[in-house]
Amino acid sequence: MNERERDSGNEPVAPAEDPQSDPRIQGERHPLGKMILIGVVASVIGVIAVLQIDWFPVQASTGAHEIDTLYDVLLIASVPIFVLVMSVVIYSVVKFRAKPGDMRDGAPIHGNTRLEVIWVTIPFLMVTALAIYGWVVLDDLEAKQPNEMVVKVTGRQFSWSFAYPGERVRSTTLVLPKDRPVEFRINTRDVLHDFWVPEFRLKSDAVPGLTTKIRVTPNRLGKYEVVCAELCGLGHSTMRQDVRVVEPALFDTWVRHQRATAQESAG
Amino acid sequence: MTLTKKLTAPGWYRAILGTALMFCLGTGIVLAVRTAYGWDPLWDWNAIITVGALVAAPFGYLIGIGCFDYWFYWAAGNPTRPEDHSGHGATSWKDYFRVNTDHKVIGIQYIVTTFFFFVCGGLMAMVMRAELAQPGTQFVNPNTFNGLFSVHASLMIFLFIIPVFAGIANYVLPLMIGAPDMAFPRLNALSFWMLPIAGVMMLTSFFAEGGAFATGWTAYAPLSTETPMGQQFFTLGVQFAGASSIATALNFLVTIITMRAPGMTFWRMPLLVWANFTTSLLVVIATPFVAGSQFFVLLDRSLGTHFFDPSAGGDVLMYQHVFWFYSHPAVYIMMLPGFGIISEVISTNARKPVFGYRMMAFSLVAIVILGFTVWAHHMFVSGMFPWLRVPMMITTMMIAVPTGIKIFSWLATLWRGVIHLRTPMLFALGFITMFTLGGISGIMLAVVPFDIHVSDTYFIVAHIHYVLFGGSVFTIFAGIYHWFPKMTGRMYDETLGKLHFWLSFVFFNATFGPMHLVGIDGMPRRVADYADKYATWNAIISISAFLFGASFLVFLYNMVTSWRHGPKAPANPWRAHSIEWQVSSPPPIFNFDEIPTVVGGPYEYGTPGAVHAVFKEKAPAAAGAPAGGGGAPPPAE
Repeated sequence: MNERERDSGNEPVAPAEDPQSDPRIQGERHPLGKMILIGVVASVIGVIAVLQIDWFPVQASTGAHEIDTLYDVLLIASVPIFVLVMSVVIYSVVKFRAKPGDMRDGAPIHGNTRLEVIWVTIPFLMVTALAIYGWVVLDDLEAKQPNEMVVKVTGRQFSWSFAYPGERVRSTTLVLPKDRPVEFRINTRDVLHDFWVPEFRLKSDAVPGLTTKIRVTPNRLGKYEVVCAELCGLGHSTMRQDVRVVEPALFDTWVRHQRATAQESAG
Repeated sequence: MTLTKKLTAPGWYRAILGTALMFCLGTGIVLAVRTAYGWDPLWDWNAIITVGALVAAPFGYLIGIGCFDYWFYWAAGNPTRPEDHSGHGATSWKDYFRVNTDHKVIGIQYIVTTFFFFVCGGLMAMVMRAELAQPGTQFVNPNTFNGLFSVHASLMIFLFIIPVFAGIANYVLPLMIGAPDMAFPRLNALSFWMLPIAGVMMLTSFFAEGGAFATGWTAYAPLSTETPMGQQFFTLGVQFAGASSIATALNFLVTIITMRAPGMTFWRMPLLVWANFTTSLLVVIATPFVAGSQFFVLLDRSLGTHFFDPSAGGDVLMYQHVFWFYSHPAVYIMMLPGFGIISEVISTNARKPVFGYRMMAFSLVAIVILGFTVWAHHMFVSGMFPWLRVPMMITTMMIAVPTGIKIFSWLATLWRGVIHLRTPMLFALGFITMFTLGGISGIMLAVVPFDIHVSDTYFIVAHIHYVLFGGSVFTIFAGIYHWFPKMTGRMYDETLGKLHFWLSFVFFNATFGPMHLVGIDGMPRRVADYADKYATWNAIISISAFLFGASFLVFLYNMVTSWRHGPKAPANPWRAHSIEWQVSSPPPIFNFDEIPTVVGGPYEYGTPGAVHAVFKEKAPAAAGAPAGGGGAPPPAE
């Protein structure tokens, strides 16, 4: 073989391409077919296994369901890739492992253009599809809703306070009526914080000098926690406060009660 | 030697003197300025430590230890001492504590120093896991805890992963391309000696008033502009680590471009050389941005500028944009050299050419380019302009394509090889599987709606440890085992090596795997305390983490005893083709008695009689044969 041929990375060396020439996989008529079969079975088992895991906290907003579904889709797309990598590694190690004292070299395969085109194209299509899906979900989550209630969230080291400008109420616990879309307008008095209710799935930094917004429609009654998710100093890990999602009627009662207490303390 | 002579000759005595003198000079400047302005108190220790200890003193140490001697003589017009190469090589352990211009000595200096900081950072992780083993406060207060994870990350990134790759490449790369040394040996020495400054600053920040810097390695403003003195140790430490990194990268670029052996075209370079070439491009272009971001913080803190103070027109998000414009490429700076190591290890131990060599090189270049277009995926919840999120999501996911090419090509390299499952190969295979997991969680994180839920949670902690430990650190272990015989001239203990691999592989997964679960379930990261519902998983994670930490002792024991008493290594124990294995172990002081001539690709396993390079004395025989002859393009130089 002359120099030029050996130097050109991608030309496969013809005789070695024939799998039948490799005695280690000669007995198997379809080494790849067998591997694909194992891979498909392992992927199905893997997908079922990861979908059984209860990953998320309860769904307490309309967006939560969409995000959880998106994650399931990501898992379903990911497991076969991981299984593929694992099967090739394990199969190769089992089949092609050197016997003690084996000084031979492997097959001088430098590349295979068709294979390389395939493993550029398939991942490209997969990530493109996932990106489009992600974009659609994102647009959906952030779409403006009718009848939105505005809640102003203010972070400071190390607590949250909430103001309801439409209801003319301020509070240190976050109380929200069920099924009413809310637009949170988030701000901070000092450093960065991050407003996050894991059960709602959505979060946003509170940034000095900016007002950030997220939209949430709580749809499950219950008591949750606002968690600060951006390192904000000494008390960062204790910056957790209650959120209550209540029936709309109860919310109205709470608003009236808050107003009354505010007037009392003012008067 | 008289004391005067000790204090004027380059070395540790003069370094101590220089450090002291420069500290006094810095202090003097502070006192003079404060006197002139009539500021009270005159002795402001924050200012004195910043100017005297963190800025001036390191230069005193660098001058004292002898990094600048030659340049000063030359700049002053004095006769420079002709290079007699007396500084080359190391005959005793003491030689590793002197300024030395031999790339092999510098390589060892880098590796040992960085592993020292790796141990420091690892011990901090152990303390953190002890604290997090159960809810509540047990061992350290929240301030110390915040300091621990900040210093842990900073040491691991700036003092371990980035420079240990520079160390491995320092040793191996000139040998691989058939060069007698790096292009700029004195600059190479300076790069190394700047490194401990950064490490010592980060470690000593624990003794600063108010404790160590506690704002994470990301040091987000405005928290970082308001926290106590310890922050300055990070802000300035990063400058020295960054300068060291940039200087080394320039050195690699020039070395690779100009010093390849005759016949070594770009398409005949081993992939480790390609990997360091692309990494160096990233370092040179990106690192000035992290330096800039930290200078902004420094100026806000020390000189009263308002870069990050919105009440005075500053912009908080600007910090994050500038910071991530470096720090995202930095994750490739921490990964591409590892890709190179894996290509070498897999092809050598599978006895096969690297599958799709050119695509492997092209995908490195693609990652460099795409790597600069994705930084804002760290900022999906930061409150930046919303439209930027979708393009950043798309570019981020596109990086999966070149990365996928690499993973699949390594797999194809295994196919029909003759696989020797030595320790480096085990780490390489462990890397492929774990890095795939890290890559998969990376794709998930790129999808904006999912990222909004998990950003700043333990899911992120899991992801970065899968890519940086299961990814980078596994490649580092693979590289250290692979080139251990070449560097030390002795063989490591294979049984202990395999034990180390299996212990770290199992406990790595047991430690970081469950973090995905608690993260999605709602546990934020960087917390000294957490809600009770995460207690069970955290206890399991902590126990695994201690066993994981203990697995490192096996490595340490193996390295120390093998280096001292291991069996002598032959020149080429793995029967590899690349040039560094064609010289003795350890290599001769000047690498090659004859500069080799490259006559073929670096991975021609399976082709009978194929060689990568020939030495001149053998040349007449080779020149007649077709392998050495006509087809070879002229030397690149």
